[in-house]
Amino acid sequence: MASRLPGDVIPSASNAPVPEGQAPPEAAVVVTGVRRRFGDHTVLDGLDLTIGAGEFVAMLGHSGSGKSTLLRALAGLDPEVTGSVLVPPQRAVVFQHPRLLPWKRVLANVIFNLREPDARQRGYAALEEVGLASHARAWPATLSGGEAQRVALARALVRRPHLLLLDEPFGALDALTRIKMYALLKRLCHRYRPAVLLVTHDVDEAILLADRVVVLQGGRISLDLPVTLPTPRSRSEAGFTALRARLLSALGVEERVGDADPRDASQGDAALQAADPTDGVDSSGARSWSAVADSPEVSR
Amino acid sequence: MDRAAVTTLDSRVTTPVGSLAASREPRPSPPTTLIEVAGPSRPTKRVLLPRWLRKLYGPVALLLLWWSTSATGLLDPDLFPPPGAVVGATTDLIADGELFLHVWASIQRVLYGLLFGVLGGTVLAVLSGLTRIGEDLLDSTMQILKAVPNYALTPLLIMWMGIGEEPKILLIALGVGIAIYINTYSAIRGVDNALVEAATTLGASRAALIWHVILPGSLPGFLVGLRLALSGAWLSLIFAETINTTEGIGYLMTRAQNLLQSEVSVLILVIYAVIGMISYAFVRFLERRLLAWRPGFQGT
Repeated sequence: MASRLPGDVIPSASNAPVPEGQAPPEAAVVVTGVRRRFGDHTVLDGLDLTIGAGEFVAMLGHSGSGKSTLLRALAGLDPEVTGSVLVPPQRAVVFQHPRLLPWKRVLANVIFNLREPDARQRGYAALEEVGLASHARAWPATLSGGEAQRVALARALVRRPHLLLLDEPFGALDALTRIKMYALLKRLCHRYRPAVLLVTHDVDEAILLADRVVVLQGGRISLDLPVTLPTPRSRSEAGFTALRARLLSALGVEERVGDADPRDASQGDAALQAADPTDGVDSSGARSWSAVADSPEVSR
Repeated sequence: MDRAAVTTLDSRVTTPVGSLAASREPRPSPPTTLIEVAGPSRPTKRVLLPRWLRKLYGPVALLLLWWSTSATGLLDPDLFPPPGAVVGATTDLIADGELFLHVWASIQRVLYGLLFGVLGGTVLAVLSGLTRIGEDLLDSTMQILKAVPNYALTPLLIMWMGIGEEPKILLIALGVGIAIYINTYSAIRGVDNALVEAATTLGASRAALIWHVILPGSLPGFLVGLRLALSGAWLSLIFAETINTTEGIGYLMTRAQNLLQSEVSVLILVIYAVIGMISYAFVRFLERRLLAWRPGFQGT
């Protein structure tokens, strides 16, 4: 059972599978004019966002841009947010850290708070789907980071959510585990067809997984792009690279890594910088920096 | 020591093969020696006795010292009796049933004190850990009580309750209750909010949160409190049994003091030591059973 916030429910949102390639018939999330302030600092400033049923939306933004704040609002964890937030009653969240109850074994964590009589079988089936049925009786502390996150995914999906909220779910995983998790998540989402909001700072991850990528900047959605690349996707495709460059520039990030001191920049570097439309300054006025796009962000 | 393991590295081996780096970058200086930190030439530790037996080294050495200094006359037998005299006094006390009577009377007092103290301390800790009004009402009161030496209450307790069992048990229960309260309360307040949030997104009711998240999460703190409470309980007992009594270890101690029975006084020291060890073993047993989920917890 996902938690229910009175008055913010769309009863009509259904979990019916959406045929691939068609526009989703109904909305699973309707956010209008959402604001959130922390003291004097406005994080969300009249944000609007709609997510269709079964649609996979990735949200990109810098640290502190309000991505997680919005996700927490959708999860019903932030009572101080103002504006209108409509979400389905059946929601599930996967956080950056698995947040399993350490004193419950893996299966008990998956079926936590489920009251259906067949909960154990369903929980076991969910563990099988993430490849961890053999760990059903293990303590969470004995799992690796990737395994624990798969348990968290099973715990979310066993509830058949209409909306799956993913808060940088792969941020704490190593790069190899991450690649495997992408495939698993994509497969499970295709199977259960929840609407998904994936909050991430990893541009590649967003393009690989999502039907639509939105960029959060200055408290609003500054860019909303459909990802029309065919699936399965790979980083080496031309369309991927173009989309990536566009999103990185929207984020005001220049991806160039090297040993040399940037002050020794040659003519070639200057030419590349001229090609960057944001000219090293993003829309919030901050100076850009060179970075690997998926360098792990220190959480919260 | 490790001389044999030190290997001198031929500097020619580390000469860079490629000349690419040499042109621009300063060449990294090679280490002059390499030492072996793992490998066949390092001696392996041999374990002669199991750990629990090795833990007895200290006590056994103490016994030997006592026995040898008594035998050589270094210890005055009138002031500190030799081991034989203590064993003799013990067998006498066992034979006429006195030892059992007194030890059992004390054990009963401690058990009742523990029962009421643990119950009371836990209930108060839960009330003030979970509710604002409980915290306002109880917490400062308990923190003040903590600062008051238990034994200063003895005269008042006698005035209020007479010289029966009640003031003795209450004295023990107060000490136990405060130790349990302080530790359990702070453990409840220290439960990881990320877990509470995760359980909330899984639809947990307030009762389910308390039962499945907050109480198990505060169990380690409770057990720390229990450990302190147990040792405190036997300490309180000494004071409790100075209140007019004809039964108990404390009575035996007072009588030995009046009759100058130094061997009984030493016996009582031994009894307290044995009881302390049993109490400690009991808490370790509980921890092993209840905290099996803890990472890195090894019950020894």
